Amino acid sequence: MNTITATRAEYSVVACAEAWRDAGEILASPMGTVPSIGARLAKLTFSPDLLLTDGEALLMGDVPALGAPSGVTEGWLPYRQHLALVASGRRHVMMGASQLDRYGNQNISCIGDWDRPKRQLLGVRGAPVNTLNNPTSYWVPRHSTRVFVEKVDMVSGVGYDRAAAAGPSATRYHRIPEVISDLGVFDFETPDRTMRLRSLHPGVTVGQVQEATGFALTIPDDVPYTRAPTAEELRLIRDVIDPKGLREREVPSA
Amino acid sequence: MTRDKTMPADAVVARLTSGMTLGIGGWGSRRKPMALVRALLRSDLTDFTVVSYGGPDVGLLAAAGKIRRLVTAFGTLDSVPLEPHFCAARQRGDFELTELDEAMVMWGLTAAAHRLPFMPIRAGLGSDVMTVNPGLRTVTSPYEDGEELVAVPALRLDAALVHLNRVDAQGNGQYLGPDPYFDDLFCQAADAAYVSCERVVDTAELLKDQGPQSLLVKRAFVTGVVESPNGAHFTSCAPDYDRDEAFQRAYVRAAKDPEAWPAFAERFLSGDEHSYQTAVAAFHEESA
Repeated sequence: MNTITATRAEYSVVACAEAWRDAGEILASPMGTVPSIGARLAKLTFSPDLLLTDGEALLMGDVPALGAPSGVTEGWLPYRQHLALVASGRRHVMMGASQLDRYGNQNISCIGDWDRPKRQLLGVRGAPVNTLNNPTSYWVPRHSTRVFVEKVDMVSGVGYDRAAAAGPSATRYHRIPEVISDLGVFDFETPDRTMRLRSLHPGVTVGQVQEATGFALTIPDDVPYTRAPTAEELRLIRDVIDPKGLREREVPSA
Repeated sequence: MTRDKTMPADAVVARLTSGMTLGIGGWGSRRKPMALVRALLRSDLTDFTVVSYGGPDVGLLAAAGKIRRLVTAFGTLDSVPLEPHFCAARQRGDFELTELDEAMVMWGLTAAAHRLPFMPIRAGLGSDVMTVNPGLRTVTSPYEDGEELVAVPALRLDAALVHLNRVDAQGNGQYLGPDPYFDDLFCQAADAAYVSCERVVDTAELLKDQGPQSLLVKRAFVTGVVESPNGAHFTSCAPDYDRDEAFQRAYVRAAKDPEAWPAFAERFLSGDEHSYQTAVAAFHEESA
């Protein structure tokens, strides 16, 4: 087994894991399969201090395989404590996004006019409280112009422009470290806090990313590739964290 | 301690009136007071304002046209991400929506429970929650920081409906699962709270195998107690039972198909709670 054979899903896992590097003793809240594998990988390697939940009210004292029950509980985190933890900032959540714009405004509420939506989705859920209180990254398993849009229909997660317009109480703890998709890694390290391509997953071209994005991205002159998983990371992903290969269902190999 | 508050589900419904603001406990498809919701479905009552962390409670009441306004942050079935009746009703424009962040809902209930007009929160600023709720106001901190925060108005309820694992006849309620959700807050925010449960037990039995932290709801906040085994079905009521995933899938299939729904409703929802539970047992025998 060597790193050259890593799949697109496995590059995505490593990119997600990197979001929690040096995060310290905080709760990692991954939503989706690939981010869940990434958070567990980070905990088993370079971020051992992370806290992880079982998806409901318990903090796991071990790192079980995806879908397997946790054998050790180290803490209790029912919803109201979870919301208090969000407000404390000691959490980095990676949410999904039905729509995402260049400033990082995210929509999971509905598509079309809010008064009478064409398609009702989940609702804003905790996106407003998340984005104003703890670092919030996004995971998009299928990068397309349907998700990466010029303007989102209902701002659920707050982006950089909207936070700035809302004033210092909104910007105080607001941070969107990263957007990770099946094509690459993106951030907002630009003067006007619009989205920038940070790295491409191997096999992906800049043109492909631009084609799948509904707004103009900042593209640096030299775009690096997303780092490859090490042999040990690949072993952990394949044999320990996701032996059933659920990652390949979320990001199928071409 | 002789006040016996036990009553049948239909007696709860008889104490409610159309147009009331109802808070419904649980979360998504977890520990919802479904037997009480089913009793509402059997009644002529309508025009409710419903405050809920939305699951099939919202879906069923919306499908029956009983919701005038919904106050929520989401509608989900957990293992099925979207609540189909909630989505369809929204797309038809069947009810008005007050869409809040889930922490804002918690703060609104907290304000109501504390008899405060509002609670300050950072959540909401910059999001379209402020746009679609033009009545939401901000408040400026009177201290040196001068922060401008959202003032979540109290979500005062006419009645709360929650489901717990064990309750005594006086209304002391106990949860045995991993999460209390916000059921105690719902009860404290309401003028009257009705608690259904898996089993009514003697007060002395409540702490036989459990610590005092499991006592979630105090009798001073409870008006009625309804013993309703399997009363949260098809949502989860751990550790008494998990979510009935097979039944929930059948619910979703029917709810997504306007032609299939009337037959599903006829089969499961046309009779009383006993016939519901009998029909569910038959459903499982058929698919076994």
